[in-house]
Amino acid sequence: MSIFRNIDGKPVLLRMVKAIQDNKAYLGEVDGLIGDGDHGMNMNKGFSVFEARFKDKEFTFSEGLEELGMILLNEIGGSMGPIYGTIFMEMAESAKELENISLEDFGKMLTAGLEGLYGIVDAKVGDKTLVDTLSPAADTILAAAKEGSDYRKALEEMKKAAELGRNSTKDMVAKFGRSSRLGERSRGVLDAGATSCCIILIAMADEIGEVLV
Amino acid sequence: MQRILNNPDNIVDEMLKGFLKTHSDIVEKTDNPRVVKAVQSPENRVGVVTGGGSGHKPAFIGYVGKNLCDAVAVGEICSSPTAAAFLDAFRAADGKKGIACLYGNYSGDNMNVKMAVKMAKKEGIEVKTVVANDDVASAPKDQREKRRGVAGEVLMWKVGGAKASQGAALDEVIAAAQKAIDHTRSVGIGLTPCTLPAVGHPNFEIKAGTMEVGIGHHGEPGIAVCELESATGMAKRMVDIVIPDYPFVEGDEVVVLVSGLGATPVMELYVLYDEIDELLKGKGIKIHRAYVGNYFTSLEMMGATLTVMKLDEELKELIDLPANSVGLKQF
Repeated sequence: MSIFRNIDGKPVLLRMVKAIQDNKAYLGEVDGLIGDGDHGMNMNKGFSVFEARFKDKEFTFSEGLEELGMILLNEIGGSMGPIYGTIFMEMAESAKELENISLEDFGKMLTAGLEGLYGIVDAKVGDKTLVDTLSPAADTILAAAKEGSDYRKALEEMKKAAELGRNSTKDMVAKFGRSSRLGERSRGVLDAGATSCCIILIAMADEIGEVLV
Repeated sequence: MQRILNNPDNIVDEMLKGFLKTHSDIVEKTDNPRVVKAVQSPENRVGVVTGGGSGHKPAFIGYVGKNLCDAVAVGEICSSPTAAAFLDAFRAADGKKGIACLYGNYSGDNMNVKMAVKMAKKEGIEVKTVVANDDVASAPKDQREKRRGVAGEVLMWKVGGAKASQGAALDEVIAAAQKAIDHTRSVGIGLTPCTLPAVGHPNFEIKAGTMEVGIGHHGEPGIAVCELESATGMAKRMVDIVIPDYPFVEGDEVVVLVSGLGATPVMELYVLYDEIDELLKGKGIKIHRAYVGNYFTSLEMMGATLTVMKLDEELKELIDLPANSVGLKQF
């Protein structure tokens, strides 16, 4: 049974940063259709601040998530600062005592992030938010852990679940956040938060797959 | 873009530098570059705090001053301040009697304030909030909790700040500010879109010869797009949306606030006010006090908002109290 060592988290965080940087313009375009178009810019700013500050330092997966979360929360603001800040900090909190992060632990981390988010927003699955990406991703990992699945296989399944979740937001009508004021006009467009969450989860899964021992 | 800029990414910080230099008799900086406080800190009384995205001058920092807000958290353009900025604003306004945080109903502000309130509690600072939701066009009346806060926030700060300066307890300040916003209704009409300097082009459109009734302060879509009308027609539309929603009725005494959205000449606001005044008087509504000018704007959008607040004895006394800030001076 392969294991993800907390101490091997640095490349995972840096891969998440790169994925956001690579998709800055794309996220801006998606957000511009029904939002205010600043999602790519804000996410890129926060993730790049983290990179500049920590690329030459050593940190574990949980420490990296904690620092990234603090930067988003304390320095970015808007809506995405507190949303991703809370998710990453709750994930970090759930894993900070762990030397090794089992598949079940990873599922619990994602769930902790989701629970933390529920503490500050009322969004649920079906409201056209990043919950539609994160919730099925967390469920998939927890279910795979229960079945005793292979770690890598479970990560691939999580990527698929996240993509399906992201795609599902296209046909939804926004019920939360700024785009909710568009009502029916928000249908037919992906949610920007669900899209960035999918990008982050895929980067996370891909690099965890690389560093598994 | 025909705009006065250096690097658009630095516009908020550069604006703050100029603002603090100009108004050093009223405001001063704090250790957090995104928090501005009044020169006179509250002592042994409730502190009043607000905050919001930039681009709405003179809101929000323009309402820091005597008998108004004690500290303000400043965000990027059209983007909520961070939870850390709200927390530092609470600290800057802490007169050991609690903090009244009076802000507008936007998802980012709601989240950041909620987190800041939690952090303040850990430090022993008690914070209570009032969330402004005066914009009639942003949701139906039975979903008032979803409505946005717009220019009615100015009247909420006026009332809350006045109450705090009288030495009222936190619950009394909160009750007065809540009453102020509950008695207030607003609507906007947009004539041209606005452009975020860092984006460089408008991200919504208002076609020439049309107007958008019910538009939000960030270009949130309104309830109707129609052909551009005369001032008489615009005033009638605004009054017909605002008055029946509360509803304001014959014999009511009200405050009226007409604010430009940024690029509309102030003389046109007076033309609009003249029409509104006639319409309200025609309904038997008594105007106790009127404010006309750029009180709460949206960058260089053209258009205006109408805000009406019904007075009772308490609100009247609080509205009439003198105030000194950049955005509102009253003697």
